[in-house]
Amino acid sequence: MKMITSSFVKHAARIVSITLLGVTLGHSPAQSAGDLPEIKAQSWSFSGPFGTFDRGQLQRGFKVYKEVCSGCHGLRQLHFRNLGEAGGPEFGEAEVKALAAEVEVKDGPNEEGEMFERPGKPSDAFVSPFPNENAARAANNGANPPDLSLMAKARVGGPDYIYALMVGYKEPPEKMKVSEGMSYNDVFPGHQIAMAAPLSEESVEYSDGTKPTLDNHAKDVSAFLMWAAEPKLEERHKLGFRFMIYLLLLSGLLYLAKRRIWSRLKH
Amino acid sequence: MAQKPTEPNRRDFMTIAAVSFAAVGGAASLWPFIDQMNPDASALSLATIEVDLSPIEEGQSITISWRGKPVFIRHRTGKEIEEAKGVKMADLPDPDARNGNLKDDAPATDINRVKDKNEKWLVLVGICTHLGCIPKGQRIGDAKGEYGGWFCPCHGSHYDTAGRIRKGPAPRNLDVPTFEFVSDTKIKIG
Amino acid sequence: MAHESTFKPGNSISKWFDDRLPIERMMHDQFGVFPMPRNLNYLWTFGGILTFFLVVQLLTGIVLAMHYVPHEGHAFDSVEHIMRDVNWGWLLRYMHANGASMFFLAAYIHIARGMYYGSYKAPREILWILGVLIFVVMMATAFMGYSLVWGQMSFWAVTVITNLFSSLDSIVSGLGTGIVEWIWGGFSVGNPTLNRLYSLHYLLPFVICGLVVLHIWALHIPGSNNPTGIDIKTKSDSIPFTPYYTVKDGFAMCVFVMLFAAFVFYAPNYLGHPDNYVEANPLATPPHIVPEWYFLPYYAILRAIPDKLFGVIAFAGSISILLFLPWLDTSKVRSSRYRPIYKWFFALFMIDVLVLGYLGAKPPEGLYLIVGRLATAYYFLHLLVVLPLLGWIEKPSAMPGSITDDVLGKKPAGAK
Repeated sequence: MKMITSSFVKHAARIVSITLLGVTLGHSPAQSAGDLPEIKAQSWSFSGPFGTFDRGQLQRGFKVYKEVCSGCHGLRQLHFRNLGEAGGPEFGEAEVKALAAEVEVKDGPNEEGEMFERPGKPSDAFVSPFPNENAARAANNGANPPDLSLMAKARVGGPDYIYALMVGYKEPPEKMKVSEGMSYNDVFPGHQIAMAAPLSEESVEYSDGTKPTLDNHAKDVSAFLMWAAEPKLEERHKLGFRFMIYLLLLSGLLYLAKRRIWSRLKH
Repeated sequence: MAQKPTEPNRRDFMTIAAVSFAAVGGAASLWPFIDQMNPDASALSLATIEVDLSPIEEGQSITISWRGKPVFIRHRTGKEIEEAKGVKMADLPDPDARNGNLKDDAPATDINRVKDKNEKWLVLVGICTHLGCIPKGQRIGDAKGEYGGWFCPCHGSHYDTAGRIRKGPAPRNLDVPTFEFVSDTKIKIG
Repeated sequence: MAHESTFKPGNSISKWFDDRLPIERMMHDQFGVFPMPRNLNYLWTFGGILTFFLVVQLLTGIVLAMHYVPHEGHAFDSVEHIMRDVNWGWLLRYMHANGASMFFLAAYIHIARGMYYGSYKAPREILWILGVLIFVVMMATAFMGYSLVWGQMSFWAVTVITNLFSSLDSIVSGLGTGIVEWIWGGFSVGNPTLNRLYSLHYLLPFVICGLVVLHIWALHIPGSNNPTGIDIKTKSDSIPFTPYYTVKDGFAMCVFVMLFAAFVFYAPNYLGHPDNYVEANPLATPPHIVPEWYFLPYYAILRAIPDKLFGVIAFAGSISILLFLPWLDTSKVRSSRYRPIYKWFFALFMIDVLVLGYLGAKPPEGLYLIVGRLATAYYFLHLLVVLPLLGWIEKPSAMPGSITDDVLGKKPAGAK
C-alpha cells in the first residue's frame, strides 16, 4: 500500500506539474517556470496500513507551527482539546489547558452587551491570526496566507509537498528574475512564492534532544499538519486492520459454504 | 433443479457458520450508525465548565448555560439559609437531597443541598422536575412562589430557598449538579 | 418467470399474513425457489453487489444528513465537523464517498456484462431501459452529492456542468441563460443552488429505489440471461436462487467489500481530488478541473467537440443512445461467445471507453485532443454503425443445444 501510494503520489505530481506547465506557459510564456521537480516521497511513521503518528514528532511539529507558522497561518478546524486526544500529539490535560489559556478568545456578549476577551479553554477553536481575508492581504503585501487545517490533504503530495516546500527555498536560476517581495522556491507552482523562507537551522528550540535542523523542522511540521488534516488516521488504520481480518475469515467461510452447496449439483 | 430433486439441506454446518459470522459482523457494523447520534466530541468538550463566583453579591443569582441547560447559581442571604434550615423534614414532599455530589439516599436537609457545607452557594439545574419548564425567581421582581425560592409558571410548582419542592405537581426537588470548588470563588460544574 | 406459486404457509400467523399481504410468498417465489440458469458466472453477482451498495449509500447518507449543514457558509465546515467530532463520522463519510465510487465500478461491470452477453435483447428490452434510467439518475445523484462538500472542485464542477445548459442560447437567444439562472436561483452558483442540490440529492436515491424495484420486476418476468444466451428449456437447466445464488452472491459481495474497505481504511482520498479540501472560492478557479473518475469518459466526449452546443449534444447522446441498444443490435444471437467478429469489436469498444476515461483527466490539447476525437468517433460508430451492420454480416459459431449441454459439454460430470 505504501508503495502504491507513493508511486501514485509521484505519478499524480507528474500529472499536475505537466498541467501546471501547460497553464503557466499558456498564460505567461515569458516565465521559465515549467521545470517543477518531482515531489519525493519521504518516509513517514504514519504511512502504510499500520502507520501511526510519532507523538514526539507531532509535539515538536506543533511547536514549530506555534512559534513560526501561526504568525500568519490559521488552523481554524482545530480545537485545543484535539491536542490532548488519542492519536494526536497527546499533550497532558494540564498542558492542553495551559496552551489554550495562552490565547485570547473573543466571547460575549456579557450582561452589558459588550464583547470581551478571555483566556482560551480546551473547548475553543484555534484563533486565526487575521480576522478576514482582506486583513490578511493588507498585512501580507497582498498575499493571503492559507489556513493550514487541511493543507496536508489539499495539495498533491500532501505532507511530502509541504516538506519539499519548506526545504525548497533556493537561489533563483540566473535567467530568472524574482519580483520584489517574492522568494524563489523549487517546488512552488511558478517558483515565486510570497512567503519568505519560514524555517532555517535552529528556528525552534527542541527540548527532547532532537537536533534543531531545517530538515527536522520541516519534517516535524509536515507530520503535524498531516495529523491536523487527518486526526482519525490511527483509528482508521486500527479499525481497518480488524475489519480486513473479519472480511478474510468471512470470505473463507462463504467460499467453503458455496463449494459445499454447489457440490450437491451432481450430474 | 438439478437432476436429483432433493431439497438442499439448509442445516449444513458450513452454511450456518458463514451465516452466523456474517450476522455478527452485520450487527457490529450497525453500531457506528447508532452511535453517531450520541453527543459528539464538541458537545462533550463543553460538558464541564468553570464559573467565577466572585462577581455575585449576596442575594444575587445568575443563570449560566451548561450542556444547553440553565444552571441557577444563588448567593444566598443569611435569612434564606435560616428559612431553609427551619423546614421540618416531614413538610417536604420529596425527602431526598437530589444532590449529584452525595449518595442517592441522602436526606433533603439544607446542608445536603449545598457542596462542602458551603451554605452561601446554592447551585441548581434550573429545570422544573415536573415537565421541564424553567422556574421563575432568578430576576428581581420575578414571582418566587409561596416559599420564597422559585416558582414554575407552567403548572404552579413552588420551590423553597433550598430549591426543594414544597407545593404543586413537581415530584422532585430541583437537581443539584455534580460540581466542585476549584478555589473559594470558582466552581467547576460537571 | 411466470409460474405457479409453490409457497405453503408454515403456521397460522404466516397464513394470516398470506391472506392479507403475501410478502413471505413473494420472497419465497422470487428469491427462494426462483429458477435461475445453472451456468451463471461471477459477472452475474454484480446485481447483488449493486443492491448492497445502494443500501450502504442510503444508510450512510441518511446519517450524514443528520450532521451536514446545506449552507454556503457552513457546508464545508460541517463536513469537517463530521470528520473530526461526530462519533464515527470519518468512517461514515469515507464510506459514503468511496461507496459512490464502488457503486459506479460495480454498475460499469454490470452494464458491460449485459452488453457482452446480449442481456438487453428481447424479451429484456424494458429491463435494459430501466437499467439505463437507473444509471442516469445515479449520475445525477452522485454529481449533486459531490457538490455538497462545497470544496473548490465541488463548486467549479457545479458551475461548469450547469453552464452546459447555456449552450441552448445558440438555438433560442436567452433560453440557455434563463435555464441556468433558474437552476442557480441567482446569477452565479450560490446558497440557493446548494440548498436545492441538497434537497434533490436526498430525493433522487428514492427514485433509484423505485426504479430498482421495477428493474427486478422486469428481470423476473423472463428470468436471468446466462453466458450462453440460451433460454431455460428443461428443468435440468435451472437451479433455485436459494441457496445456490444467495451463497455465490454473498461470497462475491464479501470479496468486493474487501476492495471497498481497502479504499475506506487505507486510501480514502485516493479517488478524490486534493482541491476539494480547499473551501469553495467563487473568485478563483483551480488550474485543472476534473470530474470524479466515473464521469471521465463522458467528460472527454464533451470536450472532444469544439462546438459548445454539439459538445453537449454528444455528451447527452453518448448516454441516451444506450436506450436504443436493443434495436441497434440486429443480431439474433445474444451471447458474444458465439459471435466471432463482434467479440473483437466489443473488446475494442471497452478499450475505447477506457481511453476516453484516461483522456477525460487530461487537458484537451495536442495529441490528447486528436485521440479524444478519434475515440469519441468510434464510440458512436460502434453503436450506430458496427452494431447494426454486424448483425447482418456475421455468421454465428455453433451453439450448444441447451444450458445443460453447455455445462456438461464443457466440463465432464462431477466438476461442478
